[in-house]
Amino acid sequence: MYTGVGMSDGRNARDGAVRGTAHLVILRLVVVVTVILGVDYLAWRWFFSLNWDAWWIAVPLVLAETYSLVDVALFGLTMWRSRSRPAAAPAQQGLTVDVFITTYDESVDLVMNTARAARDIRYPHSTWILDDGARNEMAAAAAQLGVGYVTRGAAWDDRPLHAKAGNLNNALMSTEGEFLLVLDADQVPDPRILDRTLGYFADEKVALVKTPQLFGNVSPGDPLGSQAPLFYGPIQQGKDGWNSAFFCGSNAILRREALMNLGITGYVTEVERAVIAALRGARRVLKRAAKTVPNDNEVMRQALVEVSAAVEAARAGVAANESLSAVTYTLQQRIAEVSRSMVAIDMHLLARDLVAIGEMRAHADGAWDVVTDIESTVDMLASRELSPLGAMESVQTLLRSIDVDRPDEAQPVMPLATISVTEDMATSMRLHEMGWKSVYHHETLAEGLAPESLDAMLKQRLRWAQGTMQVMIRENPLVQRRLSVAQRLMYFSTMWSYLSGFAAVVYFAAPIIFLCVGILPVHTTAGEFFLRFLPFMIANQLLFVVAGHGISTWRGQQFSLALFPIWIKATTSAIANVFFGRPLPFIVTPKNRGDIGPQWRLIVPQIVVACVLVLAAAVGVVRLVSGIGEPVGTVVNLVWVAFDLLILSVLVQAARYRGYNS
Amino acid sequence: MGFTVKELEKGVAVVRVEGRLNMTTAGGLRDLVASAVAEGNVRVVVDLAAVEFIDSSGLGALINGLKTARQAGGDLRIASPNDQVKLVLSLTNVEKVLPPYESVDVAYAND
Repeated sequence: MYTGVGMSDGRNARDGAVRGTAHLVILRLVVVVTVILGVDYLAWRWFFSLNWDAWWIAVPLVLAETYSLVDVALFGLTMWRSRSRPAAAPAQQGLTVDVFITTYDESVDLVMNTARAARDIRYPHSTWILDDGARNEMAAAAAQLGVGYVTRGAAWDDRPLHAKAGNLNNALMSTEGEFLLVLDADQVPDPRILDRTLGYFADEKVALVKTPQLFGNVSPGDPLGSQAPLFYGPIQQGKDGWNSAFFCGSNAILRREALMNLGITGYVTEVERAVIAALRGARRVLKRAAKTVPNDNEVMRQALVEVSAAVEAARAGVAANESLSAVTYTLQQRIAEVSRSMVAIDMHLLARDLVAIGEMRAHADGAWDVVTDIESTVDMLASRELSPLGAMESVQTLLRSIDVDRPDEAQPVMPLATISVTEDMATSMRLHEMGWKSVYHHETLAEGLAPESLDAMLKQRLRWAQGTMQVMIRENPLVQRRLSVAQRLMYFSTMWSYLSGFAAVVYFAAPIIFLCVGILPVHTTAGEFFLRFLPFMIANQLLFVVAGHGISTWRGQQFSLALFPIWIKATTSAIANVFFGRPLPFIVTPKNRGDIGPQWRLIVPQIVVACVLVLAAAVGVVRLVSGIGEPVGTVVNLVWVAFDLLILSVLVQAARYRGYNS
Repeated sequence: MGFTVKELEKGVAVVRVEGRLNMTTAGGLRDLVASAVAEGNVRVVVDLAAVEFIDSSGLGALINGLKTARQAGGDLRIASPNDQVKLVLSLTNVEKVLPPYESVDVAYAND
């Protein structure tokens, strides 16, 4: 999982791991100094130096700066408790473990490479390939290797698949290990992965142990910013300090009981919500349906009256706190009776005619036995699908939903959260809400494959960002009462970092505006500005240096601004999805490189911004030389443009990257 | 750990579970309920009198059975849980959906 500052060049996850008490003291000191200087700077910016005459750029700029201060403060809070954990106790013997390898469209060779390593994990376990592509050749390869193979059953037909979360939920129902290790198809595990991590589960409240995600196919300099040594290091360690280390899709060991516990309570909550909502909407739907029944269809009119009465009785039952089970069972039985009697009336009318016809024909052919089968025919026709009530689709759908079996889902119990395309974060947050603990174990115990093209990398980042924004909108951590204040802020911090796209636009626009038309959003003297701004800026950079403890954070800072179109798109599409129901496809990160050659078309907005920055710099110089431009302002803004271009330059090597080959 | 099934009267099957109803035994219960329903016994009572312990996977199997029975137009009910099971039912709120009945005999007394 990426956070704004989480990416850097490729180093091993053990870098920056061993940090003593002295380091933590210095780190906390720098955090305090940075936040104090930041608050001082922003207070001055808001109350003493805002150029209200140019509010249209001045206000966005001060908002962007406020955004950045909050970002740094949240980073500081994360770092406050960032330290190495003592090693776990040795793994208890005799635990049962399932190792899950999730795949959708990765090649058989790639999956088998992972499966072979998974099978060879030292601690006793069962290995399973969870193939959402349901490929015969994968099943055959799994059988040959001697590992389990799981695909979705018929229950999933015509129902939401919920991508990877659904794949895992499906497998949870057909396996029985106390613990599960989840691996992406490309994450080749170390044989010691379970020995090193199971010990943490001696604490019965521990639900999750997360280990780092590293990639073996990254070229020197990490042109696509694949490795996240700051995230899988100081940041997760810091979150761990606040009991909020979270699950990021792969390389994590989970306690089945915790997941099932989550699934069970989620099921009850969901059923209660759905039944109450359906009962509430029932009156309206039934009234509307009644209007569409022709006047002469007395049978249907009567049926709707009876169904309405049954629904009213159910409403009263729920209001009187009767069990949902009894209320819905009575209602469903009542509906079945109504259906049955409707069919019976129809059939008896029909039978009367048939008997008459039969009598007429009896004289000619003898036997006629339709009538004797009437009872079984009624039963058959009164079944849910064939009932005359079924003809009224809205009524049928509504009535079907007033039940406790979640008819719209393949499984009633969904242990992994399905509210987001990043099921991992949502699931961790719910586990923390239920009082479970998580652990971040800082040791590389699996090695994966990173995207090898800009295209694939952008798709991956977009999905992470979209998923995170979905969770933020649907289950805002700030208002989750069962999380501690620190836990809320830890989750919020990751989400907040994805809003950086909007700030980036302002940081690009402000110098362009000054250099071209001479409008300065800050109303101050040069001396005053430097006195306020520089100390904060220096402290800010110092914080990253101290927190990184030898890990370079520059690459991460570059990508967090340079990928601004992705972050903006993630935010807007997540909003469109949550509020307007627009679909958000689960994008499977392509594991192989697609086309060859620079992919400039993928970064058109950034290229445009870079060109405008260069033009603006030229205009600024011309204005300065011709005596129109104000000297200090021009110099500051030229430096700013240079900084922006340096940020964007990270994309040049990313677009030209031709994949890893060594 | 073991299961026994007997048919109470037409359309009602009693599944008696013994021992621990947990992640290792949940699958067995799920299959048993599914086959009872497939045989036409859409009304099921799970007798928990001899269950010493239940975990979330055990609850999951009960809920799964409830879905199977409801989809066939029937129901699944639970009877005679011990105190540990009652506590779990109440802590997870599952009692709202699967209220425990005093005994197998009264589970379908009113239907």
